[in-house]
Amino acid sequence: MNQTVKPASSGSSIIKTVGAIWSWLFLAFLIVVFEIWARLSFGQTFLFNLNSVQSILMATVQPLLLALGLTFVIIAGGIDLSVGFTVGLASVTAAQVMQSLNSSLPSGIGLALGIIAAILIAMIAGLVNGLLIARLNIPPFIGTLGMYGINRGVAFILAKGTTVPVDNPVNSALGNGSVLGIIPIPVLITLIIVVIMHYVLSQTKFGQYTYAIGGNKQAAQRAGINVERHTIGLYVLTAALAAVAGIIYTGRFTAGAAQAGEPTLLNAIAAVVIGGASLFGGEGKVVGTVIGALIIAVIEFGLVYINVSPFYQFIAVGAVIILSVLVDQSRRSVVGS
Amino acid sequence: MSANQQPILEGRGLSKRFGGHQALNKVDFQLFPGEVLALAGDNGAGKSTLIKCISGAHLPSEGTVFLEGKPIHITSAQEARTHGIETIYQDLALAENLDVGANVFLGREPMTKMFGFLPMLDRKLMRSASAEVLDTLEIHTRLDKPVRELSGGQKQAVAIGRAIYWKARVLIMDEPTAALGVPEQRKVVELIHRLKSQGVSIIFISHNLIDIFAVADRIMVLRRGELAGERNAKDTNGDEIVKLMVGG
Repeated sequence: MNQTVKPASSGSSIIKTVGAIWSWLFLAFLIVVFEIWARLSFGQTFLFNLNSVQSILMATVQPLLLALGLTFVIIAGGIDLSVGFTVGLASVTAAQVMQSLNSSLPSGIGLALGIIAAILIAMIAGLVNGLLIARLNIPPFIGTLGMYGINRGVAFILAKGTTVPVDNPVNSALGNGSVLGIIPIPVLITLIIVVIMHYVLSQTKFGQYTYAIGGNKQAAQRAGINVERHTIGLYVLTAALAAVAGIIYTGRFTAGAAQAGEPTLLNAIAAVVIGGASLFGGEGKVVGTVIGALIIAVIEFGLVYINVSPFYQFIAVGAVIILSVLVDQSRRSVVGS
Repeated sequence: MSANQQPILEGRGLSKRFGGHQALNKVDFQLFPGEVLALAGDNGAGKSTLIKCISGAHLPSEGTVFLEGKPIHITSAQEARTHGIETIYQDLALAENLDVGANVFLGREPMTKMFGFLPMLDRKLMRSASAEVLDTLEIHTRLDKPVRELSGGQKQAVAIGRAIYWKARVLIMDEPTAALGVPEQRKVVELIHRLKSQGVSIIFISHNLIDIFAVADRIMVLRRGELAGERNAKDTNGDEIVKLMVGG
């Protein structure tokens, strides 16, 4: 086959290459800056101690679990604003189930039932999102905003307006234990889910149809893809991943809380956008989202580490979101020409 | 076309009403193997309604479609496809964020196994098969880029390539040249000639008389939902077709 290769000017090919890997470069740059800063100002290493790495990875877990689902939803041209309180809903559900079974069943079984209940209730919330959007044609922004309120209300009602303490040692081990004292269990769980989601998005029909729907919904429909069912599946998947984040929260803090995921939503969306996904749909990768989530965690942990007031975190993360979209736009304009 | 040949596709008495509006009124048509049939007519003449009744997008209110003499009842685009009838819409229906292979195989992806057990998309097969099919159309382009980066004519070729890869015997093309510049229009005309020489039967809808005369064997003119006339392309001219279109 003849391949006609357009000669690219060297300048534009540099922008292309940098655009493709800029998030990696930016992550490396942040780590180097914090490392130098930490060494100069108090003679300590930033990255080369286990505690720092564990802290960064633990801070990545919740936003990343939300961001993985959002990656799929956003690639398909949607958005899910309700996931933050899906986390809380799942967290409170798991806590209530475990507490009510505490005296009657062994801890392991109580945890297992709590996990199942949390994932199921979250999937129901996701199913409602999917039905609203795919069947009743409510714009995703509005439908999931409504579900944001409903999940929030239900979670607080289930929690009776307070946090639900859990007295279950297996639950606590899930949130606070580690493998060989090195890899925290929540990080391990997240890592496994990352690998699975990467596989699903890049190698399966489910992933391919997610891109196709985001690229051209009508084309997907005409090609025989069941767009409605697929869209519902995406919101259920996202909710189930949010439930995992809620379960991990309940383990880590040995309590269920309705507000468990409240502050994480924007960071999760930011991670997806920094990772190169387009909010117009059709573009995005799991690996990009992982890098995006790590960038945010490194910024937040790094600023604390070098003693900067935590309020600057918001500014820094906000600036990075804008920067990442600018980089993406300039890359697209070069590729498009 | 010899009169005793059996049409590959035939419609008898096709009518379609939308409420009180008669969009199509008792239209008969025949499409013969390896023929290019042009469908001409003004806006609202019923061209689109007619092809939608053939391609499964609409169910005709009355009348029957025959494929090789056998009546068929088509209720969806997928069903039309299983009969070898493919429609290329004006907007092409490509997922422009995906590459050529992904578009040719959209909805029908071949799978292979990763590590011998894990199912995965067979991108290699998708790419090589779409390269082959574009080769038969004599279109050469990068296959690893999103379709968005191709020219209008190349996109048209991808849409056509998808249809012929899936062994379309009847290709319905809705205004394939309308959104293109002049050089690209010529490319599409060439493509239609090539398809015809490969034995594909084509229904070609166009406003453009130059394109119609460049590709068509026969021209069917619709006016207000009815058949206004039918001519062999070599026995008629633009003036006559226009007269049929406007009813002069």
